Amino acid sequence: MPYLGQVAVTTIMAVEYDGGVVIGADSRTTTGAYIANRVTDKLTPIHDRIFCCRSGSAADTQAIADVVTYQLGFHSIELDEAPLVQTAANLFKASCYRYREELMAGIIVAGWDKRRGGQVYTVPVGGMLVRQPVSVGGSGSTYIYGYMDSNYKPNMTKDQCLRLVSGALSLAMERDGSSGGVVRLAAISETGVDRQVILGNQLPKWSTA
Amino acid sequence: MALSNVVETPASGFNFENVSRNVALEGLLEGGHTKAPKPMKTGTTIAGIVCKDGVVLGADTRATSGEVVADKMCAKIHYISPNMYCCGAGTAADTEKTTDLLSSNLTIFSMNSGRNPRVVMAVNILQDMLFRYRGQIGASLILGGVDCTGNHLYTVGPYGSIDNVPYLAMGSGDLAALGILEDRFKPNMELEEAKQLVRDAIHSGIMSDLGSGNNIDICVITKQGVDYIRPYQESEYKDKRQRRYKYRPGTTSILTEKIVPLELEVVQETVQRMDTA
Repeated sequence: MPYLGQVAVTTIMAVEYDGGVVIGADSRTTTGAYIANRVTDKLTPIHDRIFCCRSGSAADTQAIADVVTYQLGFHSIELDEAPLVQTAANLFKASCYRYREELMAGIIVAGWDKRRGGQVYTVPVGGMLVRQPVSVGGSGSTYIYGYMDSNYKPNMTKDQCLRLVSGALSLAMERDGSSGGVVRLAAISETGVDRQVILGNQLPKWSTA
Repeated sequence: MALSNVVETPASGFNFENVSRNVALEGLLEGGHTKAPKPMKTGTTIAGIVCKDGVVLGADTRATSGEVVADKMCAKIHYISPNMYCCGAGTAADTEKTTDLLSSNLTIFSMNSGRNPRVVMAVNILQDMLFRYRGQIGASLILGGVDCTGNHLYTVGPYGSIDNVPYLAMGSGDLAALGILEDRFKPNMELEEAKQLVRDAIHSGIMSDLGSGNNIDICVITKQGVDYIRPYQESEYKDKRQRRYKYRPGTTSILTEKIVPLELEVVQETVQRMDTA
């Protein structure tokens, strides 16, 4: 369905490692051919150790993220303990599936919890929910499936994951007109959330320049 | 009469009562060879920046209805609260009413809680409302304010998306204004430099966009207070037409005067006692 309003056509990515997850996104929001915000933060905190990467309509994903933040916060207070990443993912799925005709939202939910460690769940447009060790989303994701499939190996370290994500995102931003700006990264583990920004001129360089 | 409605939560679903009214009116007007007036849009340039001491907002003053300038001195910087102002682009009625509604709700909140409203609260209220209406309310707003947590500048789009950035421009002239802002914005600018930058950005919008024009309004919000300078700069193309056409008593000379007294007789008299015990 042709979409008006601001769209975060995007590249988003999340990878699990032993002890946590690394998530990343580009920073471009467009209204048609105009870049409305070139420094968008698409990595939204849902809870202390749970984040979501947003792609699709900016308004829809911001609204869903707000709703889920409230629901998860309430649930966590009732339970009197930190919520599970799977719970957050299911809350996203519930909203995205119920209102699938009205919404355009592709979301990757990633975080750390005590029961299962680092987890990545993807909730694409339509409201499916599936857990994957590594997941990419957004319009720029099509350009990096090959890179992801050939370079991801199980049991990578946190630094290897950060390099994988920043490399993949810079490749996608190079080829996809709808992705660009800076690369925002976050590493979530038991100890906390470590956020970084890689500016345009500091991105990894590839040979076809 | 309207007071009881203020604290009501809106009924679920959309309220499109006015659409059926408009359709009925269109039907009547078409038959009489008159066209319904087009909604007044503020083809606009609005801009805002965060500087060291506060927030500077700027706007042009042209409101268009189709290809005609409907208002040459329209006020696009709306009052929200003593520490917050909001520039509006899009449909004039929508930006007017949305900002009025926000201002009223925040006043009630202040009275209820005894606290000054924060900019994030205003932004959340706007986002809730505009998202609920799925883009039918054509209001692109730049909200700027100073509160206990600092100086803030947000933009809210008609579909309900928000962005929090240090400098912004919206409206039909936004590309021209943003060019100036991208070139010369620096974090923590001094107030005078910031006012000049916003003025230049709006001026660029006025020069390069047909939907923007006339004068430039500037609103400076700091912790000490608000300085709403309207107009900050007047257009060089002012005309000499009068606004008011009031004539002095005695302009029309009196030729003849005839006084006819009216004879009234009292037909009936009723006295009703008031119980003022």
